[in-house]
Amino acid sequence: MNAKKKKLIYNAVTFGLVTVAFVVCRLLDSMNLMSRSFGGQLIPICCWIVMAVSLNLVVGISGELSLGHAGFMGIGAFTGIIFSGWMQHAFNVQDTTVRLIVAIIAGAVFSGIAGTLIGIPVLRLKGDYLAIVTLAFSEIIRSLINCLYVSVDGKRLAFGFLDSKLPGRLLLNGPNGAVSVDIIATFSAGFILIMITLFIVLNLTNSRSGRAIQAIRDSRIAAESVGINVTKYRMMAFVTSAMLAGAAGALFGLNFNSLAPSKFQFTQSINVLVFVVLGGIGNILGSVISATALTILPEMLRDFGQYRMLIYAIVLILVMLVTNNPLLRSFFDRLIAPVKSLFHEKKPSEPDFKGGDTQ
Amino acid sequence: MQPFLDFLVGFLNQLVNGISLGSIYAIIALGYTMVYGIAKMLNFAHGDVIMVGAYISYCAFQYWGLSPLASVLTAMVFCTVLGVIIERLAYRPLRQATSLAVLITAIGMSYLLQNIALLIFKSDFKNYPKEIINVPSLTASLYGRELKVSGVSIVTIVTTIVIMVLLTLFINRTKLGKAMRCVSEDRGAAELMGISVNKTISVTFAIGSALAAIAAVLLCSAQWNFDPYTGSMPGIKAFTAAVFGGIGSIPGAMLGGVLLGVIEILGGAYISTQLSDAIVFLVLIIILLVKPSGLLGKQIREKV
Repeated sequence: MNAKKKKLIYNAVTFGLVTVAFVVCRLLDSMNLMSRSFGGQLIPICCWIVMAVSLNLVVGISGELSLGHAGFMGIGAFTGIIFSGWMQHAFNVQDTTVRLIVAIIAGAVFSGIAGTLIGIPVLRLKGDYLAIVTLAFSEIIRSLINCLYVSVDGKRLAFGFLDSKLPGRLLLNGPNGAVSVDIIATFSAGFILIMITLFIVLNLTNSRSGRAIQAIRDSRIAAESVGINVTKYRMMAFVTSAMLAGAAGALFGLNFNSLAPSKFQFTQSINVLVFVVLGGIGNILGSVISATALTILPEMLRDFGQYRMLIYAIVLILVMLVTNNPLLRSFFDRLIAPVKSLFHEKKPSEPDFKGGDTQ
Repeated sequence: MQPFLDFLVGFLNQLVNGISLGSIYAIIALGYTMVYGIAKMLNFAHGDVIMVGAYISYCAFQYWGLSPLASVLTAMVFCTVLGVIIERLAYRPLRQATSLAVLITAIGMSYLLQNIALLIFKSDFKNYPKEIINVPSLTASLYGRELKVSGVSIVTIVTTIVIMVLLTLFINRTKLGKAMRCVSEDRGAAELMGISVNKTISVTFAIGSALAAIAAVLLCSAQWNFDPYTGSMPGIKAFTAAVFGGIGSIPGAMLGGVLLGVIEILGGAYISTQLSDAIVFLVLIIILLVKPSGLLGKQIREKV
């Protein structure tokens, strides 16, 4: 009962924080208090949050190290761009909301299909082998998109592989990627996407399937011996994660005027992994916070100019050392101890405070 | 007959190029696989040690006026010290931590090295001095067609063979090599037998980094220019090669590296240069599906 209550509070806090952050950003924006560079970061931040939460489903909840998350994002991004452009130029759909929704759904579906196809072979492997194969798949996806040319010709789409001579209006131009994309992504759409992602992931982890996935993570053999279908549940986590990454990719792709496939290199997958690990493996709220903080941090360090990525790297190493080295950790725990005890002392006095309030 | 001979000689030329590139991958992969076998970690910063080696040998030759051999040795010494320092400062404190924490630290280290290089040397491409490896190319005539092996290729292949022989002797014949094999097999038991695990891991990093410096010189001589991100893609490919051959296995890394280079060059030559990376990774996936622990990897039985 207590555990259930705890989970409920955790979920409420997660949803609440995201909503509050959204409202605050909206208010700041309407009062013109937001700097331009930060305002431009809002939609990417939403995308990175969705990416981090969905990767956490694979790395944290399902316990597989995937290094190919950017590949799914890439599929989603270019599918979204193609669908949005197709609808605009072939069917003259001018309503951006409709186009955005269709693009995001298409991104999720195509990425989910890719996730299923990749998942079947990949999930036969374990540990570092799984990591390298996911990395390999994402690099293959990037190479293929690099050779792909797509154009709208009348009502239909024309595809060319390594062949740029296509009739009609070019949507995807090989290594140059998508050019002159109609920017239709909105911050509200990003917020809604985050809420849907949180809803799916939190519900999944607290459901019967989620418990099965976690059981497989903790002991595959034990889970198998009590009759859990290992392949099915691992696939479920992997494909869900791929679909969410595809949706995030579609939103991301429709937020820029042009987008090259090189944007989705393996370094991008690693960045998302950094979000997940720093936020706490398996901790969804942690992923949301760390994705936000680590996207804003390099922007805030812009004043340091060329030193910003250096500082980022040092901070990353120090955080890992402090949180994972037993010696350093106990040292910091002692440092924080007075602050912590302050909080613990406050707790018993809370009812008093409330009592005073009602009088 | 004529077209067939054209094809054959062309194929042989590409094969030599492939073996040459693959030898470089093999040297880098040795660093990955040894560290993985002994410290059980993916050292993502290994690719960037290569980049550091490239800059040090470049500076030693261009600015400090050292001879080619001396500049290569300087780079090796510098990289060795760097590798040991990185291990001491960043990885040793995390010996008891989860593998993901170590992985992220290694990624942080990779960013750190890249950005230090960016600050010092800026992001523009530098031309690697051709004088460092100054060996005339070998030309042979085959059915009236030219079979050409460049000087860099000769040096690369010879160096790789020498390294492989020395390393195999070191691992199998010396006390330190035996200690390395022990730690890789069972760290706890090795410690109980009086082997200093920390020292062994330091030696592993030292050897891996020295090899990275050699790889840097060969790689940059072959591709002529380099920048602060030079090490990253060869690093990933060499890591792929290590997995390909069975990670943790030294002969596996050599075999994997050479095969990967040959596949990359042949795929680029006969299918499409744009798709050569995709072909490399596709072959890796197929191999791993057929043989999940790599070509020469040991199949570890799962105990309940």
